[in-house]
Amino acid sequence: MTPTEIRTTYLEELVAIAPDLDADTVGDNDHIQTDLALDSMDVLNLVTALHDRLGVNIPEGDYPQIATVALAVDYLGRMIALKSKG
Amino acid sequence: MRTQPDGPASDAAPWAQARDMLDRPGGHLNIGYEAVDRHVIHGHGDQVALRWLGPDGGRRDVSYAELSQLSSRFANVLRAHGMQPGDRLYALMGRDPALYAGALGTLKAGLIFTPLFSAFGPEPIQTRMEIGECNVLLTTAAIYRRKIAPWRDKIPSLKLVLIADGEAPEGCVALGPALEAAAPEYEAAQTGEDTPALIHFTSGTTGRPKGAVHVHGAAIYHAFSGREALGLSPGTIYWCTADPGWVTGTSYGIIAPLVNRVTMIVDAAEFELDRWYGTVEREKVEVWYSAPTAIRMMMRAGAEAAKPYDFSSLRFLASVGEPLNPEAVIWSQQVFGRPFHDNWWQTETGGIMIGNTPGMTVKPGSMGKPLPGIEAGIVAQDDGPLRECGTGEIGELALRPGWPSMMREYLHEQARYDKCFRDGWYLSGDLATRDMDGYYWFVGRADDLIKSSGHLIGPFEVESALIEHPAVAEAGVIGIPDETAGEIVKAYVTLNPGFEPSDALERELRGHARKRLGAAVAPRAVVFRNTLPKTRSGKIMRRLLKARELGLPEGDTSTLESDET
Repeated sequence: MTPTEIRTTYLEELVAIAPDLDADTVGDNDHIQTDLALDSMDVLNLVTALHDRLGVNIPEGDYPQIATVALAVDYLGRMIALKSKG
Repeated sequence: MRTQPDGPASDAAPWAQARDMLDRPGGHLNIGYEAVDRHVIHGHGDQVALRWLGPDGGRRDVSYAELSQLSSRFANVLRAHGMQPGDRLYALMGRDPALYAGALGTLKAGLIFTPLFSAFGPEPIQTRMEIGECNVLLTTAAIYRRKIAPWRDKIPSLKLVLIADGEAPEGCVALGPALEAAAPEYEAAQTGEDTPALIHFTSGTTGRPKGAVHVHGAAIYHAFSGREALGLSPGTIYWCTADPGWVTGTSYGIIAPLVNRVTMIVDAAEFELDRWYGTVEREKVEVWYSAPTAIRMMMRAGAEAAKPYDFSSLRFLASVGEPLNPEAVIWSQQVFGRPFHDNWWQTETGGIMIGNTPGMTVKPGSMGKPLPGIEAGIVAQDDGPLRECGTGEIGELALRPGWPSMMREYLHEQARYDKCFRDGWYLSGDLATRDMDGYYWFVGRADDLIKSSGHLIGPFEVESALIEHPAVAEAGVIGIPDETAGEIVKAYVTLNPGFEPSDALERELRGHARKRLGAAVAPRAVVFRNTLPKTRSGKIMRRLLKARELGLPEGDTSTLESDET
């Protein structure tokens, strides 16, 4: 998957969980909780959705690494690469 | 201010002795004075009152002397802007030192402190500001612009908006420069034990939220219960993870710890596993008061994730907000070497009523036993007077009123207040049983209120927001079980002519509700129905929606007029 595809997937799942957001106005460095007002249940749901879409397990300790679009694209890209190697 | 139905309880009650923990100069009792100024006068000004952990790794220690001065400056700012004792200040901001100084300064100035959850959407905020006739708002520039500015003029009572961070938008006052210009001394208002100090809003099943009014005398019970139920004593390093936007974060996140002269950890960030474990280890937290949703999130991560951390500083762990499942108690014993102690209380009771207290044998899954001086009972409302239930029988959890942190009224809602009391009991609305050892066990709510992540959510408020959408004709909202949040909010809606169910509309409705209510209150799922089950009087039968959702018996359906399709 290209970074662009990962970005699109992430944004699709983000706005499915929080439809009050507009994918076009979410900034790359907006924090999903402090800037976009997701709560902890939303974050859990996002983790589950990303797992279903990308087949990537995101352990609790790694949640900060999906807290912005920019961080998530980088982190998920690495996890997907790791998975395909393993 | 009215007294409680039974009048003040006897001075012989165990909590009454906690008056001696306070100074009460001249017979007056002011929470702000007792929480901070008193400790400075007694020579403890250098002790850290509040250790603030910023969202990006920042850290700031605020001593009792500094907190006393900051809150005095805040009180002076309020008075300089013409605010009078009895006026109401609402706080709507994250966990920043300014919030704590603001709360204490408000109380010292004799104003009434009303915390709101900063993640609320504009509607719950506006409703609560209307009901309580807010005079002063303490908030941040971002929250003000996003959630308040568009409708500020709808609250004519609002005279002053203080902006805690940076520059003030038009019509607001920047708090920083105002504090700097104000004098650091303020003699606390000479409030009495029955002078109103706090308003905490709580949801109702029908109608608007209720503003439960608490008095300065509540600090007596906060001092007592902080010591008895949480094991707080001077110098304890204590972390209450609750936000002051909810009653726990004020009673046990500001007042009880400070009157007991502990050092409080205040974390500005939301739950993050390693951040939390790292905080307990680094700050050597001794007493930790948290909530089942957070504990279950830790459990999800597994014991392995906790392994790298040293938790040996922990002395006592407590949990509140919703029943803590037995697995979580056992898990915490394994991971932290100590179990989480569940306790029970409500916005109305102002303080912990029933608990697994220090030294007590924890029964996993039980809320514990009544605190000394608290008389609890399980009662049934048959015909005639209330009947006390026998061991193991399910009934409504009730308390004999009289302790000082009990609410004194629901603002402008005498009838709803009166409904809470019968035959000398305060009726909690929670169903419970008592076992042969005197331990209480939560069973469920007696009404339609939803408990999600420890927050009590009124279905009416959610339904009202949904109906504001042009597509929605009717809405019924219930809580459905969720292993992490306890319950999550689910909505059933019927549509107006011209609208068809679709995934896009489902999303639009959730988005609409989130914008108005905020993520914590808005439904996580919306389903479409042609009709909803209703009584002859046209009331939506939420109970029936819930029984069907859970596959439970439908119970008495004799009042059902038109069924769900």
